[in-house]
Amino acid sequence: MAKLTFKTDLCKGCGLCVNACPKNVLKLSQDKINKKGHHPVEAVNEKDCIACAFCATMCPDCIIKVER
Amino acid sequence: MAVVFDKPHALCDVPFHYCPGCTHGIVHRLVAEVIDELGIEGKTIGIAPVGCSVMAYDYFECDMIEAAHGRAPAVATGVKRANPNNIVFTYQGDGDLASIGTAETVHAAARNENITVIFINNAIYGMTGGQMAPTSLPGQVTQTSPYGRDPKLCGYPVRVCEMLSELEGPEYLERVTVNSVKNVKNAKKAIKKAFQNQIDGKGFSLIEVVSSCPTNWGMTPENALKWIDTNMLPYYPLGVYKDRSNKEGK
Repeated sequence: MAKLTFKTDLCKGCGLCVNACPKNVLKLSQDKINKKGHHPVEAVNEKDCIACAFCATMCPDCIIKVER
Repeated sequence: MAVVFDKPHALCDVPFHYCPGCTHGIVHRLVAEVIDELGIEGKTIGIAPVGCSVMAYDYFECDMIEAAHGRAPAVATGVKRANPNNIVFTYQGDGDLASIGTAETVHAAARNENITVIFINNAIYGMTGGQMAPTSLPGQVTQTSPYGRDPKLCGYPVRVCEMLSELEGPEYLERVTVNSVKNVKNAKKAIKKAFQNQIDGKGFSLIEVVSSCPTNWGMTPENALKWIDTNMLPYYPLGVYKDRSNKEGK
């Protein structure tokens, strides 16, 4: 069971993590806006996460923490 | 639960000022991870450039100095010679290192100063609003080349690794990119080797990181990473351009 933690307010909504995820776990939120005014990333089906940390590897703002 | 990935300790817990999708953040993190892994945070001195990464001094936990435009290798030379036990790295963009700072870079390499240079090449002047850089590709549209860079008028882009590899001086020159997970991992290996070379007293190491500038290229972050593959890498091939330790080992 993997656990993803996001510093949501620092997300700039670039979507690089979404593209890097091999299991389609992540999505940019369509209805939320963070403090910076971006649509932040969120985990839509965290149960599929394999904790490969590809998302965190590609995140330019270092907002993702991956635990397993 | 075991932590698989978290922010490295050597990276300050502050938001980056970079545009969404800018790969500066990835390279900052790689440098910080390497500093953590080598356990050199307490004795590392970074030299920040002028350009988008001008505020890099806010992002690393180690000591940082802001250099005049392009003069980071010269400042690093002084710092390293005065404090040979410290680890000194510069973090420079293409407008800083390959344009106004060409002389400092070439001569620091020629003297084989024992420093580490992280060179971000995104083929454009990012901070000033997307003007043509010495590394802009032929035909690339920028603010100052609206019809595309014309090599007859502006010359051809500078390939820094190839240029420096002709010198006797430098120890290690490698070009990497950060446009995919695999390439990010390779980039980290290269950066780690560059720092390790300095710890071992081997001399000048320069890692050129082919990066993206989604804002000034006028693309989404995802397309900018694809553009690196299709346009940048054919002109700037990845690879090790000089590795004296390897050559002598054979």
